[in-house]
Amino acid sequence: MMRAAIAILLLLIFGGVRLPLEIHLAQEQQSAGFHSATLNLPLREQIGQLGFVAALSGFRSLVAAYLWIEANSAFENVEWGRMAGLFQTVTTLQPKSILYWDMSGWHMAWNAANNAYEDKSQASEVLRMRAQRQYWNLGRKFYEDGLKANPDSGELWARYGDLLSQKYEDHEGAFHAYETASTKNDARPQYHRQAAYELAAVPGKEREAYQFLKSIYDLGPSQRMPSIIHDLKLLEEKLGIPPDQRIEKKAAH
Amino acid sequence: MNRQSPIFSPTRIWAMGWNTLTELTRLKVFYFLLVFALLVIGNSLFLAKLSFGEEFQMLKDVSLGAMSIFTSLIAILATAMLLPKDLEERTTFTILAKPVPRYEYVAGKLLGILLLLAISVVVMSGLFLVVLWVQEHNAIADARAALDAHQISAEDFNTTVASVQRATFTSNLLPGILVIFIKSALLSSLTLMISTFASSAIFTMLMSIAIYFIGHLQATAREYWLSGIDPHWWTRPALAVVALLFPDLQAFSLTDEVVAGTAISLGLFLQTGLLGLFYIGVYYLLACFLFSNREL
Repeated sequence: MMRAAIAILLLLIFGGVRLPLEIHLAQEQQSAGFHSATLNLPLREQIGQLGFVAALSGFRSLVAAYLWIEANSAFENVEWGRMAGLFQTVTTLQPKSILYWDMSGWHMAWNAANNAYEDKSQASEVLRMRAQRQYWNLGRKFYEDGLKANPDSGELWARYGDLLSQKYEDHEGAFHAYETASTKNDARPQYHRQAAYELAAVPGKEREAYQFLKSIYDLGPSQRMPSIIHDLKLLEEKLGIPPDQRIEKKAAH
Repeated sequence: MNRQSPIFSPTRIWAMGWNTLTELTRLKVFYFLLVFALLVIGNSLFLAKLSFGEEFQMLKDVSLGAMSIFTSLIAILATAMLLPKDLEERTTFTILAKPVPRYEYVAGKLLGILLLLAISVVVMSGLFLVVLWVQEHNAIADARAALDAHQISAEDFNTTVASVQRATFTSNLLPGILVIFIKSALLSSLTLMISTFASSAIFTMLMSIAIYFIGHLQATAREYWLSGIDPHWWTRPALAVVALLFPDLQAFSLTDEVVAGTAISLGLFLQTGLLGLFYIGVYYLLACFLFSNREL
């Protein structure tokens, strides 16, 4: 009995010694992007008691994977509402996973939105368009929340650019998204070009777009994609660029 | 002539550790590896219907999650059986009748279970990495076939290969796996400490599992305790006891983010590893203290 009491006392002393170390380590881990999920009561209601206990016990990614597979079943059964709820839960459990944010946004803004628009059981086109827009907004929310959690993901910025360009026709917003994507560590070469294409589609930004596209064109033959040449030609016409400053005709072919 | 026995003999500890590992192997503890293999391979086949990015993410989620569950379970269940089994079979008496100090006996048991955990983690990691490698090569082969058939451009092919490589094996997985091992080692030393005063293996298991769950909430309890929130007079003292008495297992739950691509820096890994060693060391010393006077 005495030994047990001494052992508990020693454990408490050990606890006091390690406490500052643990606080420091927890801060370091959080600033490095660990323990990013917020496990709260709404989440507990979404995933049930067992799932919540599992998530609390260090199996968040496993619970998220299981729910993602559930979401895939919901996709096969065309249950968009259920899918949206599951995506919400999965992204709450794994906020650092770019794939989950990207696929959630894409499913909502593309698949669910198209399905809503094509839903012929709804006779009113106005209502179908309204439903379509609601799914776009839902998809947009996934991308924006994902970017809040992962501001350094070039991939997510680029997918957000796709959404703004293809669904909202917000080319200026898309330009900024691609431009931001191109500055990130995981940037792909096409992000910079996509930013230029979007700028060329913004009314009133023709001069900047021309200079942007020309700077890419001047990088050399490997960068002279058909779309770059096409957009440059259009802008040369629009801006009345003198013939001697225009890109070579043969490059267009 | 009376030969003096050394106070601390690594050879004796190694012999007892090896013997413990042999005993556990005879108990067919390694059968769980078969379940793990079925889970990983079955999972990889089932997930073929998902897109390539999802497929890899699921494979990593399920494999590392299963690795974490299995190592934690082995650490608790196998360790909880060690001392009661030795007492029941009277092996403890045979060993301690020789000039073997009790702290060496405890060290031998701990070493045995750590060897078991290390072998398990190595085998599971190997299996997981092989499946991941096969999946990666299949995805790249598909992309190459599409390139050869002129379905995609060379730039698209390079982008696809880079995406596949980013989504599959990254060097971050290795420290993530090592942290799983450290966590299981901590759990085994904790379980061993409990078993030195426990009356039965069941009691040890239940206590360890309860501490496992509480340990994952320890960081939350600590935060509330230090934040000064005090809805009842007893709240803060109770939280303080939880924070001081139980291990912070959340500090060793890094795989969720590792799977998502978050990198563990060397500094962070070393700090986490040192904290783990600190815990293992303290629990071992307490186990020795508690076992030193136990009536057998």
